[in-house]
Amino acid sequence: MKLITAIIREVQLDRVREALIAAEITRITVSRVSGHGQQRIEEMYRGQRIVPDLIPKIRIEIAVNEGFVDITVDTILKSARTNGSGSVGDGKIFITPLEECIRIRTGERGGTAI
Amino acid sequence: MKIIFKKGLLTALLLFMGIAGLYASDGAVVDTGVTAWMLTSTALVLLMIPGLAMFYGGLVRSKNVLGTIMHSYVAMGIISVLWVVAGYSMSFGNNVLGGFFGWNNDYFFLKGIDTSILEAGVPEYVFSMFQGKFAIITPALIAGAFAERVSFKAYCIFITLWSLLVYNPLCHWVWASGGFLFNLGARGAIDFAGGTVVHISAGVSGLVIAIYLGSRRGYPYRVIRPNNLVITMLGAGLLWVGWFGFNAGSSISSGLSTARALTATQIAAASGALSWIIIESLHQGKATALGFASGILAGLVAVTPAAGVVLPYGALILGVLASILCYTAIQVKNRLGYDDSLDAFGIHGVGGIVGAIFLSFLIRPSWMKEAAAASSDGTWTVWNQLGVQAAAVGIAMAFAALMTLIIIFLLDKLVKIKSSEDDEMAGLDRAYHGERGYGMLNPS
Repeated sequence: MKLITAIIREVQLDRVREALIAAEITRITVSRVSGHGQQRIEEMYRGQRIVPDLIPKIRIEIAVNEGFVDITVDTILKSARTNGSGSVGDGKIFITPLEECIRIRTGERGGTAI
Repeated sequence: MKIIFKKGLLTALLLFMGIAGLYASDGAVVDTGVTAWMLTSTALVLLMIPGLAMFYGGLVRSKNVLGTIMHSYVAMGIISVLWVVAGYSMSFGNNVLGGFFGWNNDYFFLKGIDTSILEAGVPEYVFSMFQGKFAIITPALIAGAFAERVSFKAYCIFITLWSLLVYNPLCHWVWASGGFLFNLGARGAIDFAGGTVVHISAGVSGLVIAIYLGSRRGYPYRVIRPNNLVITMLGAGLLWVGWFGFNAGSSISSGLSTARALTATQIAAASGALSWIIIESLHQGKATALGFASGILAGLVAVTPAAGVVLPYGALILGVLASILCYTAIQVKNRLGYDDSLDAFGIHGVGGIVGAIFLSFLIRPSWMKEAAAASSDGTWTVWNQLGVQAAAVGIAMAFAALMTLIIIFLLDKLVKIKSSEDDEMAGLDRAYHGERGYGMLNPS
């Protein structure tokens, strides 16, 4: 089991989510985060261009069994790139080993609980 | 050549003065009581626009909250300017083009009303500004029908054209002393504060655009949830408060008719809200906050045309009827599957029709007596008035639908009205304003 954590652009959320659903990966957690990357974006504030310190991003967390790692990563890669080709600030994907997964309702453990 | 020109100018001037004389007499003096109330009403009606912005703003997804609020706010900018330039003149000037709309050079940039005082004892500036607020809120109401999927630029152009080609003519027909609906039947079509002019026209136009543009991405299969029902509730509250200016101010007086309108307004809003949550409880099992707010609006919309002529029990009945029919309309919408996103037609269109039609059965007897006295054969029945009301509603619906269709069809050739798929996914706030409404609120 792996935990896939993807940090993506806010604007790509709908695309990524739709692509994941199309790939039959529906069990996801989405949250709003902010952080630093290489990217510099400018925003308008009272008519001045400013570069905000922390850039808002979306974090998607997906726990998957080994067999689904590749398809999940491929789907995110394809759908999270700006205009399909990619540019600085499109985000990152982290894959970490997942020790255990427990379904609260039944107490099931391991791969079947994912 | 010069003499002919001068003569023509003089004739035109006399003509304007003659007809304007019916309206604004030079001998009228300011009645401070009436003027004070009309100033208050003007401010109250303006308060409805931020109220509407909050009501609509809370109902959309978090990525569209500012864009939706801007639909109301930008109307305050565009329509106010337009009203001074041409709107007031087109609405309340003398009949031109066979009464299609009005025009009066004195009203162009309001340049000729600097010292004008209406017979009601109100400076004409106040009346003009009061009416201008109605012109602002009407196109802003339409925005609810195509929320979350309209380009800001196209919206701005659309409300400009709509105000000029739909609102001003309708307003002229119904409220100007020369308007043909104002003079239909014994005592005219009853539209006290804007059932046909404001709510039916906005609702029907919204329906036309919602169907023309098509639905939002994912509608109706993906749940599209409100980002903040708290501001929606606050907005509904502000609308209720502002509506006292809207209805009671429309008496253009400060006396008995004002009191009647104010009472009817309060009762209809309350009975509408209660009916809605009762219907909802029976149908779905829960009384929702949004249902209560929708009921408030349905009741207020229905009493808008009727506030001047119904007794308190009549207002109560109108509130109940409005909630029943608006609730049904929204259920039907869900079946039919068109995306009137925030139910501009379901509440304002249907509620306005309910009010304008059913008020015929609830008119106070003294009004009917006066109507009978004013009619040619000395009798005037409920059915006569119903005919007049139905005609006014039918004309308003047909006119608003047709003109809106023409405007959007032509405008769509110039500027794409519907947001591109990318813009819609990114949200109106980011795509058109480069801003975000909230800090770290989770996406909905």
